[in-house]
Amino acid sequence: MSGHGARLLGASALTLLAWTASAGEIPPAERRSGYDFMSRETRAMQDDDTVNPGMLGVLEGGTLWARKTGTAGRACADCHGDGRASMKGVAARYPAFDAALKRPVNLEQRINLCRTERQQAPALAHESRELLALTAFVARQSRGVPIDVAVDARTKPFIDNGRAAFYRRQGQLNLACSQCHDENWGKRLAGNAIPQAHPTGYPVYRLEWQSLGSLQRRLRNCLVGIRAESYEYGAPELVELELFLMWRARGMTIETPAVRP
Amino acid sequence: MDRETSRRAFLQAAATGLGLGAVITVAPAHATPEAMEDAIRKIVGSSRVSKGRVKLELPPLSENGNTVPLTVSVESPMTPADHVRAIHVFTELNPQPEVVSFRFGPRAGQARVSTRIRLATTQTVTAVGELSDGSFWSASAAVVVTLAACLEDA
Amino acid sequence: MSSALVNVPPRARRGEVIEIKTLISHPMETGYRRNQLGARIPRDIIRLFVCTYNGTEVFRAELHPAIAANPFLVFSTVATESGTIAFQWTGDNGLSATESVAIVVD
Repeated sequence: MSGHGARLLGASALTLLAWTASAGEIPPAERRSGYDFMSRETRAMQDDDTVNPGMLGVLEGGTLWARKTGTAGRACADCHGDGRASMKGVAARYPAFDAALKRPVNLEQRINLCRTERQQAPALAHESRELLALTAFVARQSRGVPIDVAVDARTKPFIDNGRAAFYRRQGQLNLACSQCHDENWGKRLAGNAIPQAHPTGYPVYRLEWQSLGSLQRRLRNCLVGIRAESYEYGAPELVELELFLMWRARGMTIETPAVRP
Repeated sequence: MDRETSRRAFLQAAATGLGLGAVITVAPAHATPEAMEDAIRKIVGSSRVSKGRVKLELPPLSENGNTVPLTVSVESPMTPADHVRAIHVFTELNPQPEVVSFRFGPRAGQARVSTRIRLATTQTVTAVGELSDGSFWSASAAVVVTLAACLEDA
Repeated sequence: MSSALVNVPPRARRGEVIEIKTLISHPMETGYRRNQLGARIPRDIIRLFVCTYNGTEVFRAELHPAIAANPFLVFSTVATESGTIAFQWTGDNGLSATESVAIVVD
């Protein structure tokens, strides 16, 4: 296990050197979580598990984790045991490459793959309460763990696709993600501070949504916001962008469930 | 899952679709300061409402009107002879003026409650405290409400 | 299904004023929003929250649509004796949710 880890670390270090910073890319030491751009009150909502509304989802996810389901009559716990131990670090590595599908999958897709293939249960709908709760429960177990998505020959092409999407001008406003989130972070847009767009706390309780929501929901919001073509939930373009954003946030710690305006 | 569509998001999308460019925001029908006065009257009747004794804590600027933290308290020994009976919270520009009423007795120990409220727009929030001696006291606080920059469409 | 998170100190001294935090999942649909066809989305809110201590009511909140989704309430009570502190939320569409915790008071 340690040998595999060492190989990954070596690979990451090499690719870090190989991928020199693009124009405007935030230097790693200057990266800050969206948490830093929020008001004191909103931060207080996130800091305390007894007041964080996202914890309601984590609580529900814990219940679903133990519930037998599907024609296989199996619970997540039957294979994975106590999720609080077995799921530590998992969310920090997602999206991750799926060998069978030959492409990366995000955490929601991974959960649904388990449901359909191992539990013989129907996949949970995107942004459904149950899927958000299970994802929040799993991701919560990585709180404090540094983001570390695999960078290797298999994942590099997908990270590159996501990176290209991040720097590409698009939509009626002809804006690239990088123009707000690399070059104008910290400045204000219609009363709210522009964050650097690191997905450190997903699923996130967004005050605007009044509920938990996934990173893909947030990306679709952004695309609509810049009047660009959005993608369907689960689209490869969204997963590639997720993967790139997680790579861009490498080393930053998971905060799930985060609270954001 | 039904996707919520706020009026402002729907109208903004419609306006852009029509090529009007400008964002038309029509606020939902809302109460007026007069409606708030009426709502307060219903609680206090003909009694006088004096300023003071009530402490209302709200952030002066809220990042999102959907969830605004509020704490309200009244200094009181909370004994059977001298305690706070209730605290009522009102707004002047939400669709309806009543927000919440808290009811206490001596077993509360202290008259202090925190919650999260919705504010439809920048406005003043008023809290009215009712004491066991029948007197009414009030405090107000103004909140500026900003909206999220990238609104969601269905 | 409404999940609730309640936070009560498991132990307290007699006469101590303890703080209780409650959080329950509920959309608190105001009744003022309209869908894309212009039709009003009907109101669906929690209207009443009651806290009882060994059966005696010690706190009550009457909620209106201006209470944010996933209602959050922090309030106090005096730790008088060991026993059960119970919470009940009731509201539109027959909503009724309860939660209770044990407390030891020495």
